[in-house]
Amino acid sequence: MNVQLPGAHRYIGERTPRKEDARLLTGRGQFADDVRLAGMLHIAFARSPVARGTITAIDSAAAREVPGVHAIYTQADFSGVALNVMNFFFGPCEAPVTILADGRVSCVGDPVAMVIADSRAIAEDAAALIEIEIDEEDPVITLADARGGAPVHPGKDDNIAQEMGDEDIDEDLQALLDGAAHTITRTIHHQRIAQSPMETRGCVATCDGSEEMTIWISCQSPHLVARYVSLAFNLPETAIRVIAKDVGGGFGLKNFPWREEVAVIAAARLFGRPIKWIEDRFESLTASSHAREQEVTLTIGFDADGKMVGGFGDYSSNNGAFPMGEDCNVAVHMFMWPAYKMPAYGFVSRGWYSNTMGLGGYRGPWAMESLIRETLLDDAAREIGIDPIEIRRKNLIYLTDQPNTTTFGIEVTDITPGECFDKLLANFDVPAFRKEQAESREQGRYLGLGLAAYVEPTAAAGQMAPMTGELATIRIEPTGKVTASLSTHSQGHGTATTMAQVIAERLGVNFEDVTIFEGDSAIGGFSPGAAGSRQAVIAGGAAWTATDMLADKVKEIAAHLYNANAETITIEGGMVHIEGTPEMSHSLREIAEIAYGEPARLPGNTGAGLEAQFRYQPPPFTFTSAAHACVVEVDADTGFVKIQRWISSEDCGTVINPGVVEGQIAGGLAQAIGQVLLEDMPYDARGNPLAATFKDYLMPTISDVPDFEYVHANTPSQTIGGMRGVGEGGAIIGPPTLVNAIADALQPFGQIDLLELPLTPSRILDIVESRDVSGDAAKRAKTEAEAPAEEATAEVASSSGETSIDGAWNMTMKTPAGPQEMVGHFATDGGNVTGKFTSDQGDQEFEGTVEGSRVKFNLDVEQPMKITLKYDLLFEGDGVSGKAKMGMFGSAKTSGTRA
Amino acid sequence: MSDHRIELTVNGRKHGGTVEARTSLGEFLREQLGYTGTHLACEHGVCGACTVSVDGAVARSCLMLAVQADGSEVTTVEGLAEADGTLHPVQQAMRDNFGLQCGFCTPGIVITLASLTGEGKEPTEQEMIDAMSGHICRCTGYQGIRRAIRQLTSETA
Repeated sequence: MNVQLPGAHRYIGERTPRKEDARLLTGRGQFADDVRLAGMLHIAFARSPVARGTITAIDSAAAREVPGVHAIYTQADFSGVALNVMNFFFGPCEAPVTILADGRVSCVGDPVAMVIADSRAIAEDAAALIEIEIDEEDPVITLADARGGAPVHPGKDDNIAQEMGDEDIDEDLQALLDGAAHTITRTIHHQRIAQSPMETRGCVATCDGSEEMTIWISCQSPHLVARYVSLAFNLPETAIRVIAKDVGGGFGLKNFPWREEVAVIAAARLFGRPIKWIEDRFESLTASSHAREQEVTLTIGFDADGKMVGGFGDYSSNNGAFPMGEDCNVAVHMFMWPAYKMPAYGFVSRGWYSNTMGLGGYRGPWAMESLIRETLLDDAAREIGIDPIEIRRKNLIYLTDQPNTTTFGIEVTDITPGECFDKLLANFDVPAFRKEQAESREQGRYLGLGLAAYVEPTAAAGQMAPMTGELATIRIEPTGKVTASLSTHSQGHGTATTMAQVIAERLGVNFEDVTIFEGDSAIGGFSPGAAGSRQAVIAGGAAWTATDMLADKVKEIAAHLYNANAETITIEGGMVHIEGTPEMSHSLREIAEIAYGEPARLPGNTGAGLEAQFRYQPPPFTFTSAAHACVVEVDADTGFVKIQRWISSEDCGTVINPGVVEGQIAGGLAQAIGQVLLEDMPYDARGNPLAATFKDYLMPTISDVPDFEYVHANTPSQTIGGMRGVGEGGAIIGPPTLVNAIADALQPFGQIDLLELPLTPSRILDIVESRDVSGDAAKRAKTEAEAPAEEATAEVASSSGETSIDGAWNMTMKTPAGPQEMVGHFATDGGNVTGKFTSDQGDQEFEGTVEGSRVKFNLDVEQPMKITLKYDLLFEGDGVSGKAKMGMFGSAKTSGTRA
Repeated sequence: MSDHRIELTVNGRKHGGTVEARTSLGEFLREQLGYTGTHLACEHGVCGACTVSVDGAVARSCLMLAVQADGSEVTTVEGLAEADGTLHPVQQAMRDNFGLQCGFCTPGIVITLASLTGEGKEPTEQEMIDAMSGHICRCTGYQGIRRAIRQLTSETA
């Protein structure tokens, strides 16, 4: 497909300077706060100062007296506005979300009231005068609190936002682990992160008619915002124009509009004047959605040779009160093993509500899989007594191992984690480093080498409502200029450059003569923009094919006009050439003028104009592989870590622009360094966020980040153009690479048994000095002492004799999609049982076995997918409890009472 | 709130305005004079995005009040390129080296680096890196900025 014509200029693969830079370097970008409209007013929010309680009064009398205040709204003012706050999948939030607090506050920073005023300063003055009285309750802050504490959302049974998998290890898997020569278990506590784009959230909204609105918003896709607002307010999508020319970073936080942005849009509709809200940094740190805060424990069994035989992972995330996605991050388990040979894996995954700010997206949301796996592999290598290189080579997937299918059913056919790892080691002299390390240790200098490998699922399409294809509309204008309207969006991704490179090369025109239009919902078509490392792959493929379609049309027209064979025609430098007749060259403008102005001269079936449009729907996933190495020096006196060297060996298929690809890797790695060493968004016991400025929330500066070195492999993917995504990888592979290097450096002192992030100097001194310098151990001891004793859940032996199973039972099955109510009818006959479930899904019949009061049967269901549910129920008195195993999705708890 | 009349020169042009005492220089430049190239990102003097040059010295325009700039000569990112559009050497070096992604922190970085270059100045690479430590960039991992600094120091060497 990618056949180069001799002499044609290559742009794909060139380090072409970015088109975007000219305006951004001269102060002529257009960010949300740069937009000014006549009559525009400003918003400031009054937020809850406590983590949990019932609002008893909101007194805004003093605030209303401030000159320049136009209105003060609370949730009651929006009671007449039909408004649907949805999650990323355009689905309902399990715990309903209102734009302002509706009677209760659930976290510090919960927006309670909004002030509309002449200026932001006046709005802030007035917001500070609003008195919010709250009947405060004890909050649920940590994961430990959430597990045992009162439900954050009244009416719910517990704080589980979503649960998948099965905490009981499957018998077969247990047998594998029991039989393993080595079994290693490791736990990581990952801190809470504030995404912290340099441009905070913000938007300007104005009503242009009864339905029409124009919204300038700091976002990751104007198309997704338009669709979201259309659904949230029940307005036609075409009526909503969303413009986001320049955005100062998103990183997942700005995937879709959340409470404040939706509130601003609602206020603009209600008040009838243009309204602007620009989040300040205090709000951004404490009241924008956060990320991470996870605990994971992974057990892996190895044979005597160091090959993995099975594993089990237990993951929890502290989702906060109103997360942008109420999920349990099952992707952590799904993507833990595609790069490795792992024969058996079981898991349980839970997302928990708490009285903290909700979690949102952040670069590589499932990144914990690589952190726990790669750090455990290093620990395992030490315990088994083999090299960390050897343990990876024994277990990594190479091209010769494929196709391979994971226990999650993910098939990989063309990934290169093993090859990337070998290529990495070919570019780093490990024996020389080990020699230097040994010599340095004798001098009291502690060097460490960290290695890690992974694959990253990119360009997801076709399985989640927002994650879909991209549209390219490409036009040779009558003037001969080439323009493209794309569904893409850049928050620094450089799509106006990379897409122009693809178009210029495929069409045969100069890069300078191609202009890309994006960043406006009136341009292009739906796409989620920059989310999931997808634009180079999908929009690149769309631009590739649309350009080829357009080039074919030019050639067909030229062949007809100039009596030549279409195969003899080439386009180079914006000129159309006919082979063997160099004097017969024509400009694209000449052909374009005919195509638009004199269509009668075109060949029979060719429509007028020079335009082509293509929406590319790629395969469901495209995997990118990589292996990284880094070298650190740990100062044993201060606990400071200095990163000396970092090498990335990655395979992202066809590279459109190495400058852009390396920029994505480097940006992710810098965020990884921040996560491992610096960044932390802690809460105190009352739920007060403790990092409120950039002096408390430490992000990497230039002195924290080394020069990165890159080794590129280029195994084309199966997508059009062969690209693979590369947006998130640095943030996924960076943390384990750096942690492994630090752990290696600390070997003379001991092991990191429980990894708590960030690895601050005092936590490193915990290991160096073998004492509780950080105070973490004391804190853990205190938490354990205060933890309420677990309720005794031991099975009560049935002492009242036989339970009658026969008859009808009202039952509930807790599925990942929510509770499923049904009536179970059972009829036993000796050791056999027959029966059926009746629910709003219809009737489902089953046959199974009875052993005492235990009933087992299988049920094949078609919806929502074809799966066999394996029920295992215990009947006791008038109660029944047990579970239904749902294949790779774990098991659903099932309980009920006699009808 | 007391209002104050101030006059200052921005990028060679005379400007005047009436400001509240609490108005920051950054807000004044953006809101009243329309120099929106100066970006306010933290408003507490840490991130450096709002850096402008005041009488030849770099200043955080979020921490400096507009009234303090009365009578000053201010240069913002809009004032660096030449009238014909030729980029300032710092801007060109940033562009040549992929020194920016989203571009939000860039104006302050460009002003800081520009203040260290120019006639008679020969900053070392380390001096420029030290100056950069007062800026936060969330996108690039500072790789292109390091390369831009190397290009600038080799140009002046």
